[in-house]
Amino acid sequence: MAVGDIDPVLAVNVASAPATLGDWLVVLPLVIPLITGAALVMLRHQMHHQAAVAAGGLVGLLAADIALLVKVLREGPVVMAMGAWKPPFGIAFTADLLGTTFATVSAVVAIAVSLYSIPTINTHERRYGFYPFLMLLMTGVTGAFLTGDLFNLYVWFEVLLISSFGLLVLGSEKRQIDGTLKYGVLNLMATTLFLIAVGLTYGVTGTLNMADIAAKARALPEGAPMVTIAALFLLAFGMKAAAFPVNFWLPASYHTPGAGVSALFAAMLTKVGVYALLKTLLLILAPQAAALSGIVVFVAGTTMVIGALGALAQADLRRLLGWLIIAGIGNMLVGVALGSEGAVTGAVLYGVHSMLVMAGLYLAAGMIEEMAGTGQLSRLGGMMAFNPSFAAVFLVLSLAVSGLPPFSGFWPKAVLFEAAVAGDAPGLAAIILATGFVTTIAIGRVFLYVAWRGGPEGTPDGTTDLVHLAPIPDEDRVARLAPIGLLAGLSVLYGLLPAPVFSLAEGSARSLLDSAGFIARALGSMP
Amino acid sequence: MEAWFAILVGLFFAGATYLLLSKKVVRILLGLALLGNAVNLLIFTAGRLTREVPPLIAPDEDAFTGPVANALPQALILTAIVISFSFFAFLLVLAFRAYQDLGTDDTDAMRLAEPVSDPLPPEGY
Repeated sequence: MAVGDIDPVLAVNVASAPATLGDWLVVLPLVIPLITGAALVMLRHQMHHQAAVAAGGLVGLLAADIALLVKVLREGPVVMAMGAWKPPFGIAFTADLLGTTFATVSAVVAIAVSLYSIPTINTHERRYGFYPFLMLLMTGVTGAFLTGDLFNLYVWFEVLLISSFGLLVLGSEKRQIDGTLKYGVLNLMATTLFLIAVGLTYGVTGTLNMADIAAKARALPEGAPMVTIAALFLLAFGMKAAAFPVNFWLPASYHTPGAGVSALFAAMLTKVGVYALLKTLLLILAPQAAALSGIVVFVAGTTMVIGALGALAQADLRRLLGWLIIAGIGNMLVGVALGSEGAVTGAVLYGVHSMLVMAGLYLAAGMIEEMAGTGQLSRLGGMMAFNPSFAAVFLVLSLAVSGLPPFSGFWPKAVLFEAAVAGDAPGLAAIILATGFVTTIAIGRVFLYVAWRGGPEGTPDGTTDLVHLAPIPDEDRVARLAPIGLLAGLSVLYGLLPAPVFSLAEGSARSLLDSAGFIARALGSMP
Repeated sequence: MEAWFAILVGLFFAGATYLLLSKKVVRILLGLALLGNAVNLLIFTAGRLTREVPPLIAPDEDAFTGPVANALPQALILTAIVISFSFFAFLLVLAFRAYQDLGTDDTDAMRLAEPVSDPLPPEGY
């Protein structure tokens, strides 16, 4: 062997064969929004093309996500290592059923929001880069869902965080600046805590590949501080997911941007936090995180309660919705807390439901604010007489979020309740039912105020007062109503035919809890 | 050596936490900058500290033979520095804009998104 040549035995151990064309599918959902986002920055002087290019990129993203989902369903988790360096040496992308499902649903929501944004965002927001920020946000969200490397996950978190800053402050209104400052500082602290946990994990295990950490963490000597690290992950991602007691940044900021941006955030950002919690606590550090399960049970219960009560205490439509997101996060955390297959299935079902329905509700709230000129519940009314079809869609979304059959909210709550009873956590089961009831009151009251009564506060019973409502211009009607109708329709479809989503969620839960299989596949010792 | 660095990291975290508990935006931002540096130092220490052992493979070797400096933490820190610096720059501009528009740098006085005199929720149906 000549000097400078690599020993072939060594080479086989560190590098794999170049990725096949099928493996590229793993990074395609990242490449599409990233390139579209960059193209949109370059097209910043061609304002009228922006929406079309962004929509094209998002449709491509959805197609890539669906193709990847089909591949994962057929073959199990797909791994692709950058530069053909075998894991754990290279940064690996590991697309499993859980992440791919969430990524696909977020692409659907992004398409709905981009359609809604065509008439609703103003020239100012368009000029300052709404569409590039939207695409980069999707890059960050998709990357976080697909990566198999802990430090890489941190980078995607920062990508989605900086794009969300941009989207949040886009209108430069005073209250947006106020909201963004609090959102920015607290979320930056959360990602810094996450980075601390990553640094400590590296110090203890000497690796950053998720599967490799999972393998090494199970073979660590007694006394390694893995429970501390798991607690740091819990705090960092709990903050990202807006779990009690670190949830206060969400109701302080989510109602300040335009309705489309609120809908995007409501659908994706907190769910990325829950996804990361599921991944770190149930897959990577499962044995150590078991020590924290009592705390997670407490956090899940209090988050549900505080979310439901917070919703009851609000007088403003969109601020109320912010508390409903938190209540939903509490429900998803039940899955993290119990860690059984049924509970994780419920959490994934809830995640999909919450993404669709919360985005739909925020878009509907934007429509209501536009028609009535205010989001104050006391000044709303008469929507049923004014626009019955819109009121009906709003009713569907309201019933879905409160968890009534036959809409999408019912199944996840039913599965979570069953899992809580089976998992010997009667307290959580009772809280799921009680907060479901309080949520129904809170959102039911919103519907009564917004639609059922004849007009704003002070309108006598039996009369209608619609003078304060402005109709939506005819030419924009489709672009505004179609996305809300699409999301509500998907919620109804999910409620009536839950089997496909259920099998996806069950598959996700099974692969998440099978850490041995995940390690074997991600590290390449299994064909 | 690592123990001394661990203590230093702890001091950084203590200082950052103290600053972050302040009401004034500028102090909070200084706290965030300090926190970012504390984490960088932590990652550096977590990669183990070695002196004057460059991670270079000898021409006639295929792999490291002796102890070498760990290059990975430095790559991680470089990434983290770039990210935290850009965030710091953004937040600094945002804080300045907030001071101009809201007329205060006291977070307790910034109550536009969540007004103090909020109307009560409607009572009854």
